[in-house]
Amino acid sequence: MCGIVGLLVRNPKLRDSIGELMLPMLIGMTERGPDSAGMAMFTAPVAADARKFSLYSGTSDFNWAKLGHHFETHLSIKATIEPKDNHAVLTTTLEPATVKVWLKEHYPQLHLLSVGQLMDIYKDVGTPQQVADRYDFKNFKGTHLVGHTRMATESAVTPAHAHPFTAGEDWCLVHNGSLSNAHSLRRKLEKEGINFETDNDTEAACRFLQWRMREGDDLKTALNHGFEELDGFYTLLMGTSTELALVRDPYGCKPAIIAEHDDYVAIASEFRSLAHLPDIKNAKVFEPSPKEMYVWKL
Amino acid sequence: METLKFDLDTKPLREVNQFLHGDAGSLSGKKIVIENPNGAHNVAVGLKADVDVTIKGHAGYYAAGMNQIAKVTIEGSAGSGVAENMMSGVVHVKGFASNAAGATANGGLLIIDGDAGLRCGIALKGADIVVGGSVGSFSAFMAQAGNFVILGDAGDGLGDSIYEAKLFVRGTVKSLGADCEEKTMNAEDKQILADLLKKSGHADVSPDSFKQYGSARTLYHFHVDNAGAY
Repeated sequence: MCGIVGLLVRNPKLRDSIGELMLPMLIGMTERGPDSAGMAMFTAPVAADARKFSLYSGTSDFNWAKLGHHFETHLSIKATIEPKDNHAVLTTTLEPATVKVWLKEHYPQLHLLSVGQLMDIYKDVGTPQQVADRYDFKNFKGTHLVGHTRMATESAVTPAHAHPFTAGEDWCLVHNGSLSNAHSLRRKLEKEGINFETDNDTEAACRFLQWRMREGDDLKTALNHGFEELDGFYTLLMGTSTELALVRDPYGCKPAIIAEHDDYVAIASEFRSLAHLPDIKNAKVFEPSPKEMYVWKL
Repeated sequence: METLKFDLDTKPLREVNQFLHGDAGSLSGKKIVIENPNGAHNVAVGLKADVDVTIKGHAGYYAAGMNQIAKVTIEGSAGSGVAENMMSGVVHVKGFASNAAGATANGGLLIIDGDAGLRCGIALKGADIVVGGSVGSFSAFMAQAGNFVILGDAGDGLGDSIYEAKLFVRGTVKSLGADCEEKTMNAEDKQILADLLKKSGHADVSPDSFKQYGSARTLYHFHVDNAGAY
């Protein structure tokens, strides 16, 4: 089991309270995923030539200010760093490839969770409530988000194994289900030059889609290839800079429920995560069909 | 009729279910309203008294599971396994139902006004199911007994490995499962269908607009030519 949640706020007035709207959705999925939780939040974009780097240190005593200072003085470039416990978002105009090399060289203990202009990622072990409190999910502001609560069944419980996973800038994926051919997919993709960070089965699905899109597929074509090659059960929720996308496996083994309202689109594994949303009684609530792709744009 | 209200925002579900499992004699004839179900699992499961329960909203998994005698109405949608293993009584879902609605139900009537998900009526053992909308793939898989009426369409693999349940579909069937075939509807079957349409609020729908499906009976008898397979 695992829980997924997604929220896309259509009414700009509600975007400052997206964190408050989302929090009960995530907490509502605690029984489905009590061991880890994660959230990808799409905020207002940074300057066109800048990128945000979501970093994870593993320890809450990491000196983020020192890293920021080191980065600026060593590379002679401006950067901002916004720490939240053992996570921080580094924003700079330096090109991502150089930033990645620099981080790997000077701070090999850090994990780079995401790169993008809008997306911040926070993920860690603990109950959804604990993780949400640690990173102040409640005060998130933004346009849309993708969240996950994990009950690990196939790989270790670590922050790196928690969802969301990313594949390219401002692109993330969460998964409820399990894949039985994750290891053979991985062997196939590694030959294509795709690098893996964990042995998590969801990462195999994420890297598969990353590979298909690298080969020129749009998301829909990539997912159609996924239906042929991903063997197992899955509900996948994906976030991009402008949209949320959802698919369920052809056998509908894993659940999802959608509420479409003039003010928002909300997605969760179960209705109990949607029940608190404003004016939910007037939302169109429905269950997505298996093997069909649903996309909501901002 | 006496009406009792429970609000799941303030009352723990376990207490409500325990109340509903009380002495059948003293519960008999009572009307019970459950407010703010908000997708909770196991609402009104295991009832065995002549009560009329209304769930005012969306129910989670296994709502009204194992029902006996009682009438349970869900005003919203139902999660997976609504009325699973029902023995008797009536369960009425006014919205849609998720996967495995009415699974293994032995008796009683399950009415779903909207669509039902995959595997509706899987291993049906004698209950009647009427779905106002369409049903997902693999519905009526290994259905043994009972009647299953679908006013909309059916997905893939309808009635796969079916035994003696009777399936009536008004819309299109995407594909039939192994050993399921179209049948000729006789007068007795048409009466069963007409009665179920009437009981489920579809009296205006003509039984003549349905096709009937059932078992070709080639799978569940031992065939000596298959002996090598065992």
